[in-house]
Amino acid sequence: MSLRLAYYPGCTLKTNARNYEASAIASSKALGIELVELPRWNCCGTVHALAKDDVMHYIAPVRNLIRVEQLKNSGLVDDGRLVTLCEMCYNTLKRADVTVKEDQERRRKLREVMEEEPPYSGGGVEVIHLLQLIREVGWERVKKRLVRPLRGLRVAPYYGCLLLRPRGIGIDDANNPTIFERLIESLGAEVVEIPFKAKCCGSYQTVHMGHVASELSYRILRQAVEGGADVITLACPLCEYNLGERQGEIRGLFPDLKYIPVLYFTQLMALAFGLEDSVGLEMNNPDPRPLLRRKGFP
Amino acid sequence: MDDGPRIGVWVCECGGNIGGVVDVEEVVERFRGYVAEVSKETFLCSKPAIDGIRDAVIKQGLEGVILACCTPKMHLETFMRSLEEAGLNRAYIEVVNIREQCSWVHMADPAGATQKTIDLIRGAVERVRCSTPLEPLRMKVIPEVLVIGGGVAGITASLRLAEFGMKVHLVEKRPSIGGHMIQFPKVFPTLDCSQCILTPKMASVSKNPNINLITYAEVSEISGVPGDYTVKVTLKPRGVDLEKCTGCGECSPVCPVEVPNEYDESLGSRKAIYVPFPQSVPPAYTVDFGSCILCGKCLEVCAPDAIILDDRPKEIELRVGAIIIATGYELYDPMNLSNYGYGKYPNVVTGLEMERILDVNGPGMGQLLVPKTQRPIKSVGYILCAGSRDPENGKPYCSKVCCLYALKQAQMLRDRGVEVWLHYIDIRAPGRRYEEFYRATQEKGAMFVKGKVTEVLPYSEKLLVRGEDMMLNIMVENLYDLVVLCPPLVTSDDTLKLAKGLRVPVDEDGFILERHPKLDPLATKRDGVFAAGVVTGPKDIQTTTSEAEGAAMKAVNFLSKERLIEPNKAVIYASLCDGCGACIEVCPESAITLRDGRAQINELLCSGCGACIPSCPKEAMDQQGLSESQLKAQIRGILEPSEAEIKIIAFVEGEVAYTAVDLAGLARIGYPSSFRIIPLPSMSRLKLSHILYAFALGADGVMLLEAPEHEGPYGRAHAISEKRAEEYRLELEDHGIDSVRLWFSRIYIPDWRKLERVFKVFHSTIEGEGPLDPETRAFLRNRLGLT
Repeated sequence: MSLRLAYYPGCTLKTNARNYEASAIASSKALGIELVELPRWNCCGTVHALAKDDVMHYIAPVRNLIRVEQLKNSGLVDDGRLVTLCEMCYNTLKRADVTVKEDQERRRKLREVMEEEPPYSGGGVEVIHLLQLIREVGWERVKKRLVRPLRGLRVAPYYGCLLLRPRGIGIDDANNPTIFERLIESLGAEVVEIPFKAKCCGSYQTVHMGHVASELSYRILRQAVEGGADVITLACPLCEYNLGERQGEIRGLFPDLKYIPVLYFTQLMALAFGLEDSVGLEMNNPDPRPLLRRKGFP
Repeated sequence: MDDGPRIGVWVCECGGNIGGVVDVEEVVERFRGYVAEVSKETFLCSKPAIDGIRDAVIKQGLEGVILACCTPKMHLETFMRSLEEAGLNRAYIEVVNIREQCSWVHMADPAGATQKTIDLIRGAVERVRCSTPLEPLRMKVIPEVLVIGGGVAGITASLRLAEFGMKVHLVEKRPSIGGHMIQFPKVFPTLDCSQCILTPKMASVSKNPNINLITYAEVSEISGVPGDYTVKVTLKPRGVDLEKCTGCGECSPVCPVEVPNEYDESLGSRKAIYVPFPQSVPPAYTVDFGSCILCGKCLEVCAPDAIILDDRPKEIELRVGAIIIATGYELYDPMNLSNYGYGKYPNVVTGLEMERILDVNGPGMGQLLVPKTQRPIKSVGYILCAGSRDPENGKPYCSKVCCLYALKQAQMLRDRGVEVWLHYIDIRAPGRRYEEFYRATQEKGAMFVKGKVTEVLPYSEKLLVRGEDMMLNIMVENLYDLVVLCPPLVTSDDTLKLAKGLRVPVDEDGFILERHPKLDPLATKRDGVFAAGVVTGPKDIQTTTSEAEGAAMKAVNFLSKERLIEPNKAVIYASLCDGCGACIEVCPESAITLRDGRAQINELLCSGCGACIPSCPKEAMDQQGLSESQLKAQIRGILEPSEAEIKIIAFVEGEVAYTAVDLAGLARIGYPSSFRIIPLPSMSRLKLSHILYAFALGADGVMLLEAPEHEGPYGRAHAISEKRAEEYRLELEDHGIDSVRLWFSRIYIPDWRKLERVFKVFHSTIEGEGPLDPETRAFLRNRLGLT
């Protein structure tokens, strides 16, 4: 009997990161977790606003959280947890939940603008990231599911910023995170440490100041290449865009950089669990397939 | 009326200060016949007047003297000295404050002031009639001092004490004295050689016949009382006979064991048999049994046969009169600051480690090399406030010395052509020649970046320091060969253990709490225990040595004479005590213990606050100098015969609150004359029965004016009085007395202006309630067995 949990996709998972979603759902299933997509979900709110008067920013995430409570009440999921994949979604939903719970005044104002919806007072839903769930399920269970251990693959984990910050929201120690490393080891691959594994990739600057994102991503990529990594793994579609999609442009600025494939951690899992149909490597850029084939993976 | 001692009353007119309001003639008339002698003086404090009183005491054989004049804070001691010369015991001398508490505050009510004067004097007379002689306790002190900690503070204090001729026991936990200072190559702001100025002092310590130097030892237990402490000291097994060892050093080279050297902050190494550094005092070697493999190679080469490989810990006992705590500091553990990478990258070091790197005799023998990797250091970045001024990640306080030692190290590095950048929040250089030192560092080309460093990351073989530059409003990323963290100085576990053993309180950061942070910074809250140096908070060497000199002199002062201890102690009537232990729980000084099933008071620890007395369910306790019968006699004397319309007894804490009342008098603040003040050490001395007694004998209201918690000589007792007052209020209701008739306030000295309102409000409350009804009073009198 698998554990049924509410799952929030978010916009990118249905477009550019379909490979992230497909591999996540498939590998979760392999671990005994059924991700039940939240009905009628809307935009997560995208960025946690830092302004004092930001009530409007809470409507989107809180409305999602209300839907989770409704889903829980319908009995279609087993508890009040909400699983996220995108780091941005995780961070925005989690912070909204905490803020609503702690800030009575904001909660009151929110009630005023959302009076036609059921009240939400924070804490009713526990927003988690899939990585946390896997850690909870246990590395041993991951190891047991291995069909094709990733032996010989050198993987550099890249956390990005929103998974680890701020304190109290982050899923691991922001200065010395280990959750990715444990997963990579459990999959049979080798960890390549990069000093900038939790530094900014450039995030939204990629939209209007592309060179900023390129410069920041370049350092991360270079460290991975210099460290001898075969691939980089990560958990955020925006990071994936900056580190992966952008590599051509980065090489224009820094011709010394070698191409290095970038994979979602769920793709590595699907690969190792033998779920080829759900890995979705054709969507990754640079294309990891030649390298993986060279390493003996189909 | 001639029962009890023969008493004389003198009433002072204080020029017109008292006589202009109080009808002194009338007062004198009232007491004629009531006491053996009564007269008035224009100025009681004048020499002829004092001489006159003394002569009268002798001629008329008076046994008690009441002086009605200004506040006892003015002239009590003068009167006491003169009357004690005439053979009077101090228990029989009372000053009645009729100026600050009477004429100056009831100018508009001369009749009320006169009545109040009469009542207060009568109270004092009745109190003295119940007095018994008081003799101060005399205690011989042990004229020896224990100094704990052999750093620059302990060394300086020991030398100063020895110079005075005092016997000193200096206990140091490491094999050599010298402390942290001996680890520094140079000191700010003079840049002179630290070892050159400290080594001669260390040598003097070892040669001084008055100093008993005990190294490689720890204080394990302290018992006794101020002036006479028994101290147990555990000598760690040193494995080397101090007398026999010549310090020749033959043993060390043959030792096969190599371990990190504490003196070099573990950047260098030493053998299992070693001296920490060449100028160690004593110069004898030490076997580190934690790493020694007992191979015995050293035994073969030791000519004087000084090595004892089966050495065991020993315990010795010392008796001392005073103790100086000089146990210094540790550095905050920078491993807690995970974003700075200490412990992860070999090229992140602490300021203390940098001292060793810079020392010509340090691990690199003066070459500037990165630990472990041995790469040359061409650029250094300093991170100041690495854990200081940071309540979230470290310590909230400023560590005070870091700016200056970083500047010192920066100058030393600049002199050798190294690029230096200091990331700081504020450069704090107040102190003689410190600002100039800052400027000199700038002139030598050190670079300063104002802003917090966010993180340190490896970048090829260098370190990347990311942080803000608040001046340019940008984020900076600089590459350095070495990063030096300046973490705060913190208290040590050893200091905390010691403080606990000595029952010396520490502050919220674990530093030893000064008796008074401004006015008595070298004394601790315990008599006879002093502190010097960083144990009371971060400070530079200059201040540490001044404190050590001061603490030494305070110890000398403390031990220079027989200790006279005020006899104001609690007493227990052993026959009534059933050993329930209620008093033990209450005593804020832990002065009461249970022996043979009965409570016993240690008179040397008892402060005389009186808090224990109301706690005794058997009424088995009393207090010398403020006995139950004295207190009751005074209440009765003030109230019973009084003709005043409304009578309020105000019990006032005798130091802080009493001074506030005096200041209200000095400012001529007017308040109703219904208040009659009785000073007490603490409101916690009061029993419910005292309050009931006052109501039975004519009081219409009772006011308690307490000092704030922890203020004044009995401060620790003030915490519990408020709760007791709350209980008493409920009990009053049970006795048919409206609880509004009991008032409790705390008063600070600077808050004296508030008294006008407090007195007026309470008076009008009582006025509104009207006098206590006679039926209740009769009931109370009956209850208390009063006729």
